Amino acid sequence: MKFTLRWLKDHLDTEASLDALGEKLTVIGLEIESIEDRAKALEPFTVGYVIEAKPHPNADRLRVCRVETGKGEVQVVCGAPNARTGMKGVFAPAGTRIPGTGVELKETSIRGVDSRGMLCSEREMGLSQEHDGIIELPDDAVVGASFAAIMGLDDPVIDVAITPNRGDCLGVHGIARDLAAAGMGRLKPLKADAVKGTFRSQVQWKRDLPGEKGDACPFVAGRLFRNVKNGPSPQWLQDRLRAIGLRPISALVDITNLVTFDLGRPLHVFDADKLSGDPTMRMARAGETILALNGKSYELDAETVVIADDARVLAIGGIMGGEETGCTEATTSVFLESALFDPIRIAATGRRLSIESDARYRFERGVDPASALWGVEVGARLIRELCGGEVSEVTVAGTEPKTERAISLRADRVKTLVGADVPVQEQTRILDALGFAPRAVEGVIRATVPSWRRDVDGEADLVEEIARIWGYDRIPMVPLRIEGALPSIALTPASSKARLARRALAARGMVEAVTWSFMPAAQAKLFGGGKDALKLANPISADLDEMRPSILPNLIAAAARNADRGMGDVMLFEVGPQYAGDQPRDQALVAACVLAGRTGPRHWAQAPRAVDAFDAKAAALAVLRACRAPLDKLQVTADAPGWYHPGKSGTLRLGPVVLAHFGELHPNVLKPSDLRGAVAAFEVYLNAVPEPRAKKGKARPLLKASPFQPVERDFAFVLPADVAADKLIAAVRQSDKALIADVQIFDVYTGDKVGAGKKSVAVAVTLQPIERTLTDAEIEAVGKKIVQNVEKQTGGVLRT
Amino acid sequence: MTDLNQLRTELLAAVEGASGLDALEALRVSALGKKGRVTELMKGLGAMGAEERRAAGQAMNALRDAVAGAIDARKASLEGAALDAKLAAERIDVTLPPRPEAEGRIHPISQTIDEVVAIFGEMGFSIAEGPDIEDDFHNFTALNIPPEHPARQMHDTFYFPEKPDGGRLLLRTHTSPVQVRTMEGVKPPIRIIVPGRTFRSDSDMTHTPMFHQVEGLVIDEHSHMGHLKGCLIEFCRTYFEVPDVPVRFRASHFPFTEPSAEMDIGCSRAGGELKIGAGDDWLEILGCGMVHPRVLQNCGIDPDKYQGFAFGMGIERIAMLKYGIPDLRTFFDADLRWLRHYGFVPLETPSLVGGLSP
Repeated sequence: MKFTLRWLKDHLDTEASLDALGEKLTVIGLEIESIEDRAKALEPFTVGYVIEAKPHPNADRLRVCRVETGKGEVQVVCGAPNARTGMKGVFAPAGTRIPGTGVELKETSIRGVDSRGMLCSEREMGLSQEHDGIIELPDDAVVGASFAAIMGLDDPVIDVAITPNRGDCLGVHGIARDLAAAGMGRLKPLKADAVKGTFRSQVQWKRDLPGEKGDACPFVAGRLFRNVKNGPSPQWLQDRLRAIGLRPISALVDITNLVTFDLGRPLHVFDADKLSGDPTMRMARAGETILALNGKSYELDAETVVIADDARVLAIGGIMGGEETGCTEATTSVFLESALFDPIRIAATGRRLSIESDARYRFERGVDPASALWGVEVGARLIRELCGGEVSEVTVAGTEPKTERAISLRADRVKTLVGADVPVQEQTRILDALGFAPRAVEGVIRATVPSWRRDVDGEADLVEEIARIWGYDRIPMVPLRIEGALPSIALTPASSKARLARRALAARGMVEAVTWSFMPAAQAKLFGGGKDALKLANPISADLDEMRPSILPNLIAAAARNADRGMGDVMLFEVGPQYAGDQPRDQALVAACVLAGRTGPRHWAQAPRAVDAFDAKAAALAVLRACRAPLDKLQVTADAPGWYHPGKSGTLRLGPVVLAHFGELHPNVLKPSDLRGAVAAFEVYLNAVPEPRAKKGKARPLLKASPFQPVERDFAFVLPADVAADKLIAAVRQSDKALIADVQIFDVYTGDKVGAGKKSVAVAVTLQPIERTLTDAEIEAVGKKIVQNVEKQTGGVLRT
Repeated sequence: MTDLNQLRTELLAAVEGASGLDALEALRVSALGKKGRVTELMKGLGAMGAEERRAAGQAMNALRDAVAGAIDARKASLEGAALDAKLAAERIDVTLPPRPEAEGRIHPISQTIDEVVAIFGEMGFSIAEGPDIEDDFHNFTALNIPPEHPARQMHDTFYFPEKPDGGRLLLRTHTSPVQVRTMEGVKPPIRIIVPGRTFRSDSDMTHTPMFHQVEGLVIDEHSHMGHLKGCLIEFCRTYFEVPDVPVRFRASHFPFTEPSAEMDIGCSRAGGELKIGAGDDWLEILGCGMVHPRVLQNCGIDPDKYQGFAFGMGIERIAMLKYGIPDLRTFFDADLRWLRHYGFVPLETPSLVGGLSP
């Protein structure tokens, strides 16, 4: 919402400075977007009088001008064809920054003649693209006077962001009302005196709306004007519209725009001679079209309220008028429309037709219902003043909706809700200044909501009105105390696990990424996605159109981008959501990681190797350990989902509960990414990690550290190749659960020496005596048990 | 006696002159060994008279001890020299780089959330969570944004396909639906913060289709706007680690709060560099307000008994401001150079007793 300072002062009697007004507007909720003081940039530019312009001695096209500036005579070399003796132009002294070019003007010598300033064109002043000659100022312009003032540019333009609840501030008058209430001056009364009509309008408003759609346009008023003379509007009106970025068109149209921004009351003018029959508010009929004032054609539907006559649709109600019945310079007979529309319907229609207009903007935020009637009076006064002619009596259709409602405000409510001691007197003063006609009775303030404040409907709203005008800065701050002396735990189990997972992985040298929750649908399919319910109806782009069923594809793409930049060794992880369906329970918290390239840079002491499934497994286990998963009960199975390499991947589980998948990725899912070489990955499902039982308490079991020396013995077994390593370890452990403290696999061999279908696995077994040192015979006996048990459970034999 | 003295001088000189450990050992054997010269001399003691023997014995013992001591000292010295020589030959180039270890990083979004939680945690807030895929009621209607309300257009909402019953789910446009879910399920007093992902179909220099917010909600019988100010001023000063940062509360509008406010903090932009603290400019930080009575009602809480405040802010925004990160869109690029540069090492866990940020 733009307006100028002088415009504001038409409504507000104030001595306040521009800065003070700006600051106040911002704190009471009408936030300043910008204040453009155009005069400031134009300050050095003044009216100059060309005493004499004579040809340049060394250049045909140039003239040497003697310019009286008011501060003395200055010589200027000028190339403009219209520079001539006796004219008045815009003078800029050397040292001035020229707004249109951004260049600083310097004293110079042009073809041997000194030039100490410039006479400017409109383009150089940044006013237009006009550059055929210099600006010519009227003869009565005072030499040395400010150019900005002469052009009406010395009026700062204020741009205010209006929140959607404050339709009443989409007119300068409403803004002035808020400022006056906030102590920044006195609100001048609305100039809406009745203009007496001298005849009955031949054109009468009609409403033809079915009962249930009566709200579409509950009320409309209008007047007919005869013998008007349309033409360019006066300079002050043109300046005002230009200042806020509107293009002056003609007096009649400019008047409607002025009232729209001045009072927040959209008006429309029809050329009455082009109407056939009475204008009627009705719903559009299927197939009807209109050529609107913006030059575009629109197809209307039965939900659109239109103004139509016997022949055609004249306007899209509350949004835009039609081209055919618009006013032109030739218009002599005018029909003025001042209507009310249903905000919701206007918003829906505007969206559907994609029309942004100043009328729509106001109607969808709510226009003062009382303004339909005073709008025709304001319009009538201006049309008479600027275009002459006679004005008819008012014609109306429908009834003005009654919006009056009373709200009670407990006198202590401001104190209890806001914490500020605002005297009741001040509370009523504020409400009064805002138009709420308050009455204080027995500890309660009875307020009547003014017609222009459709946003106010409860006690809390009144508290806000008082608090914002009183000033939020005057509310004393009170520390927010906690109930006990110490706060309790802030993290939930899920957020705690996410945090542990992140820091565990980063501690392993991995780098955390945050990627979109969505991804390309084509790829989602490869990761178990493809559900229609998870496709966005309005994605931001075609490759972000489905909620991710897994974090991995985004990390793979990220790894590939990094590889393209020459960083092929990637350890990227993300802890975040993935979506199996559209219900809350379908959202899972997952720690996922992609490992690509090698384990590190080439190094003089240590050779890097390609990453593999066991890197992924180690990191997955680290996450589970950090999240206090019972690792001793964990099972590993070779059944990861299809996006993993079928032979080099696995699942970490507690019985049926899957905690993680890990392994190398399937080459098919890497195809779109251009990643070369093996890529390993894991996904840990943090929600699936069981919570430690609270009942057990925090005490750990007693440490039983044996004082006796542990004994280590190595065994190598030849096993069928398909026996899993964990089966061998279990077989060894079960041989003597009391004595065997640890089993480590330190060699795995397949090849000629053990034969096809076989493998050799070597284990180091640690025996931990508890009561006394073991004798050789005892150690021998355990060794025998181990060999027997391994043979029994795995078919493996001791390698000899 | 002169013989002994002579022998002593001779042997000590020989010890001193021993060229190496082997020579020294040979010398020891020749002097103190079973057939050594000192040993041989001492064998002669038995043939002496008692008086003479005592005197000679003392002298010989002294000689033996002196020689043995000298040999030990010389041995230590030779061993030391040998070790020095050995170590000197083992010199490494200490300027060579050690074996590589990868350096991990925590993303600035995670770190910032941890910082925010550390501060509000001290004020008695605990985390609440809710789904990213929401329904219309929780994201809009319960928050006093009825269908067709203009505020709905302020949120460029991502929608899912329409269901057979005409309803359609959406991606939450703010973390506020978790307020609703919490109030529906928990009796006041309530004090929660909600960090999480939020989504709006907007993408340009300063907007990404996904971003993070943290929401706060306090509901009890007495918390008012003065508490809101106290809570948020304390937060901003602690988070930005500028104890005297100026703050300003401006009136604003959100459908779910009444009165509503926006909070600014002071900053300066002198020389094109943004600095938080006393300055001539303001920077918008967050939106807040007293929870609208209709929102309380929609969530089954009696607005005549309970009241409270809510606030919400952008995580990326406050991270950018605090850590001088220039471009929002880079947060989601997963560019390793960016992550290593702006990310945090894992041991830097924010806490108020340990320091909020490195």
